[in-house]
Amino acid sequence: MSGHPSAYEPKTGFTKWLDSRLPVVRLAYDSFVDFPTPKNLNYWWTFGGILAVCLATQILSGIVLAMHYTPTVDGAFASVERIMRDVPYGWLIRYIHANGASMFFLAVYIHMARGLYYGSYKAPREVLWILGCVIYLLMMGTAFLGYVLPWGQMSYHGANVITGLIGALPVVGDSIKAWLMGGPSIGNQTLQRFFSLHYLLPFMIAGVVILHIWALHVPGNNNPAGVEARKDPEGLKKDTVPFHPYYTVKDGFAIVVFLIIFAAFVFYMPNVLGHADNYIEANPLVTPAHIVPEWYLLPFYAILRAITFDIGPIDAKLLGVIFMFGSIAILFVLPWLDTSKVRSMRYRPVARQFFFGFIATMLLLGWCGASNPDDPIIPMGSDQLVVSYTDANGNEATQTYEEYEAAATFRDQKLDEGVDAAIAVAKAPAFRFVHLAQILTLYYFAYFLVILPLLGLREKPKDEPTSIHKAVLGNDRAAPAPAE
Amino acid sequence: MSEAQSTPHETIDEDRRDFIHIATAATAAAGAGALAYVFIDQMNAASDTKAASSLDVDISKVPLGGEVRVLIGGKPFFIRHRTEAEIKAAEAVDVSKLRDPQTDEERLIPMQNGELNRAMLVTSGTCTHLGCVPVGPSQGNTGDYGGWYCPCHGSHYDTSGRIRKGPAPSNLPVPDYRYVSPTTINISL
Amino acid sequence: MKFLRFISAGLGAAALVASAHAAGGALHPHEPEGGWEFTGPLGELDMESVQRGYQVYREVCASCHGMRLMHYRNLGEPGGPFYDPEYPNANDNPLVKSFAAQDEILSTEPNDVGDYDYRPARTSDPFKSPYPNEQAARAANGGAYPPDLSVITKARPGGASYIYSLLTGYPEDAVISTRTVEVPAEDVTDSEASEEEVEAEEGAAVVEETETVIDVGHMDKLSHGDAHYEGELIQPLGQYYNPYFAGDTTPQWEGDPRHAPPGGFLAMPPQLTPGRVSYMDGTEATVDQMARDVSAFLQWAGEPKQKQRKSTGFASMIYLVILAVLLWFSFHRIWRKVDH
Repeated sequence: MSGHPSAYEPKTGFTKWLDSRLPVVRLAYDSFVDFPTPKNLNYWWTFGGILAVCLATQILSGIVLAMHYTPTVDGAFASVERIMRDVPYGWLIRYIHANGASMFFLAVYIHMARGLYYGSYKAPREVLWILGCVIYLLMMGTAFLGYVLPWGQMSYHGANVITGLIGALPVVGDSIKAWLMGGPSIGNQTLQRFFSLHYLLPFMIAGVVILHIWALHVPGNNNPAGVEARKDPEGLKKDTVPFHPYYTVKDGFAIVVFLIIFAAFVFYMPNVLGHADNYIEANPLVTPAHIVPEWYLLPFYAILRAITFDIGPIDAKLLGVIFMFGSIAILFVLPWLDTSKVRSMRYRPVARQFFFGFIATMLLLGWCGASNPDDPIIPMGSDQLVVSYTDANGNEATQTYEEYEAAATFRDQKLDEGVDAAIAVAKAPAFRFVHLAQILTLYYFAYFLVILPLLGLREKPKDEPTSIHKAVLGNDRAAPAPAE
Repeated sequence: MSEAQSTPHETIDEDRRDFIHIATAATAAAGAGALAYVFIDQMNAASDTKAASSLDVDISKVPLGGEVRVLIGGKPFFIRHRTEAEIKAAEAVDVSKLRDPQTDEERLIPMQNGELNRAMLVTSGTCTHLGCVPVGPSQGNTGDYGGWYCPCHGSHYDTSGRIRKGPAPSNLPVPDYRYVSPTTINISL
Repeated sequence: MKFLRFISAGLGAAALVASAHAAGGALHPHEPEGGWEFTGPLGELDMESVQRGYQVYREVCASCHGMRLMHYRNLGEPGGPFYDPEYPNANDNPLVKSFAAQDEILSTEPNDVGDYDYRPARTSDPFKSPYPNEQAARAANGGAYPPDLSVITKARPGGASYIYSLLTGYPEDAVISTRTVEVPAEDVTDSEASEEEVEAEEGAAVVEETETVIDVGHMDKLSHGDAHYEGELIQPLGQYYNPYFAGDTTPQWEGDPRHAPPGGFLAMPPQLTPGRVSYMDGTEATVDQMARDVSAFLQWAGEPKQKQRKSTGFASMIYLVILAVLLWFSFHRIWRKVDH
C-alpha cells in the first residue's frame, strides 16, 4: 500500500508462515507502524485519525441502534423514545450517534480546511483529494437519510424539501423523485428504504476510506511546509519519523481532546445541536414554521435559497439546485483550478487572506442558512403604514403615514364615508439575509473559479524551505540543534 | 534510544518513560472496557420487556378437568383444574421411584389463608427436554399418565406435571406465582 | 497550544447553531424565580417538586393531555420521583401500583367474547389516555388537539421554562374586559353562537356581540422593558392570548401593526388557579408553585434518564481528562528528542 520499501521482518515461525501466504501483518506494519511521516505535522493533521474514530463510533452505535429501531411510520418515533427510556444505556448510545454525526462533520470540515490551506489537493495528491470529496458526499447522504429515521417533524418535512430538490430537475425530476420515495409522497415505504440505505452507506464510506488511505500512502503525507520529504535515505531520515509511536501518540492525544468536546455535548447538551421540532412526531399536514437542516448543511442551504432570480430559460428553483450541487461539484476539480506551484499558504501571503475570507464566508453562509432570508440585517429607514382605500372614482388608492394615529384617523374617516379602507405595513428597505447570502455565494464561486486560478499566476510567493528538516529548524529554533 | 543505558540518570529516565506509557495504555484499555460494557449491556432485556413479565390470571374460569394456557413474556404456562381422580392419582405415586422426586404437595403454592388449593395446578408449559410445548387435555392427548404428552420426543408427564416416561430430565417447573385472591393468581417470570 | 484554535473553531460553530434557534414572534421563556435545580452539569431535579408535579399533571393536565410514552412503572424506576430503594423493581412499588390501579384503562387484549373491557391499569401499562384517538380529542376541544406531553420539554425551545412561562403567562384578570359591539348582521350569520340572535332580531341590520378585549399594555409580563403596546387585542371566541405561545397577534390587534404584541392565541384556557390541587405534602398550591412543579415533572418525563446521564457524564469527563493528561506526558516523552 505504501511507496517505500518494507522494513517488516517476521520473527516467529507462524508470522513467517503467514507472511508468505497473506502478508496482512506486513501491510499493517508498513502502513501504520513503520510508515515514514513528515516530522513537522501540526495538530491540524490529527483530524484524519479523529475522523477514523468518528466513523467507527457511528458504525458501532448505529448497528446497536438498528437492533432496537422500528422503521415504520407508526413505530419509528416511539421506538426511538423506547431506546431513550427502556433499553439499557440506550440513551447514551443514541446521544452518541446523534451528536456523533455533528462531531463527524465538525472534524471533516476542519480536515478539509486543512487541505485547502496547505494545498494538500495538489499534485501528486489529486486522487486523494477527490476520494475525500466522495467520502464527504456519501457522508451528507448518510446524514440526510439518518435524520429522517426518528420520524419527527423536521425529519419528515426536511425529507420533503430534499426530495423536492430532485423534483426540480427538468424532464426526469418528477419520475426520479417518485422512484426515490416509492410513491407520490414520503410514507412507510420511503422510511423503510431510507433505513436500509442509511445502514448501507457507512460501509461504502468505510470502503472509500480504505482507498483514501491507500492514495495517501503512495505519495505520503503533505505537511505544513508544503515541500515533499526527501527520498534519499539520509534525507528521509532527517525529514520523517515512523508513524508509530510518534503519530499514534500525537493523534491519540488529539482524539482524546476531541472526545472531551464530544462528551460535553453527549452528556450535558445532547439536544442543543438538534431541533426541538424533531421531538414532535411527523405530521404531514403541518409544516414547522422554520424548516432548517442540521447545522452542517446550512451553508449549502443558504446557497440554495440565495438564488431568487431566473437566468434565461432556467427558473430560480432549478438554478438554486444547480448552484447548490455546483458548490460541492466544484471541489472535485479544485486540483486543476488552483494554478499555484506552491502548496502551503504559509508561503502565499496574498492567497492566505483570501483563504481566511473563504472561511468567514462559510461561517456567514451558515448564519444565513439558519436565518429567515427576509429578515433584515441592516434596516434602512423605518417601516411605513399604508392605508389603502377606494377613491371617489372607484380606483384603488393608497396613502402612506409614519404615525399610527394619523393613519388610523384617515382610515376611520374613509370607513365613515362608507369606503373600504385598511392599514398595512410597508416594510422599509433593508439589507436582508438573502442579500448577504447572494454576496457570499458570489465569493464562494469566485474563490474557486477566479481567485485561485488567477492568483497562482500573478502572486509572488515567499521562499519555500528546501526541506522539511530546514523548515523545522528555521521556524522554531534560533540556533540549529542536533536532531535525532 | 536504546544505546544510552550507561548512566543511572538515563536509566531512571527510561523507567519513567516506560511507566507513563504503561499507565496511559492501561487507562485507555480501562476506558475501552467500560465502553464495551455499555455496548454489551444494551442487548439485555429492556425495562419494558421486564415489566411485562407478570400477569394476573382469573382461575375461576378454568373448566374442571381442563386447562388454561397463558403466555407471560412470550413463555407458555399451564393452569390445570384437576378432577378428584387426577388429584388422587398424583398423590398416590411412590415418589422414590420418580426420575425427579417431588411430592404433589411440594408442587403447589398455598393460598393467602395458608391452605393448599389442590384442584389448581400451575406449571411451566415448556418441556424440560428441548423446549417444545406439551399437549394436554385441550388437545385430547394427556399421555400415558393422564397429565401432558410432549409430541416432539415423547415425554409423558403425570397429573402433577412430573416426568414419568421419555427423554425429559425433570418435572415441568412450577413458576413463581401467588394467590392474590382465592380466584386470582399472579404469575411472574 | 495550537489545538486551542480548533477548539475555538468548534465553539464558534456551536454558537452559530445556538443563534439559529432563537425564537421568533413569542416572548422568550424564562425560569421561575430562583432558577431551576436541574440546570448545569451537576444540577439534579428536585424530586419532591417532581412528585407534586405528577399530582398536578394527574389532577389538572391529564383530563386533556395524554403521555403515551410514559408508563406507571417509570414513576418508580431509578431516577423517577417515586423510586424507593426498597423496591428495586418498580412493578412491586406499592405507591406506583396504587397510582396505576386508580386508572381504568381499556384492555388491549380482547376478552372471551372478543370485546375490549375496561380494567384497572397495571404498572406496565402506559399512562391512561384521555381520548381514544385524535379525532375524539379534537371534537372535545373545539378542534384543537391537546399535544401529548411525553417529550414536550424537548419539543419546545426553552423546555421546562417554556411550560412554566406559558402556564403563568396568561393575562391577569385586571387587564381583561368584555364589551358589547354591534356587528353587521350579514357578517355573523355563519357564526353558530349568534344564530339565535339573528333570528330574534330578524330584519335588523346589526346584532350585538360580546367581545373580549385585553389591555396588553398593562399586562405584568409586557409592561417592563422598553416595548410598550398601545392598542387593544381582541381575543377570538374559544381562544386565549398568551405572550409565550408562538403565533401571530396582528389580525386581532387594533393598534399600530408595526408594534403588535408578542405571542399568539391558544385553545387552552388558563388552568392554574390558587388551590386548584391540594398537595399531599401540604405545600401551598400557588399558581407559581403548581406551574413550577408540573414543569419539573415534565422535565423529568421528557428524559427519565437525565440523572443517569449527568452522573455518567461526570465520571466520563474525569476519565477523559486523566487520559488526556497521561497522553500529553506520553507524547512529550516520545517526541523529546525530535525537533518538530
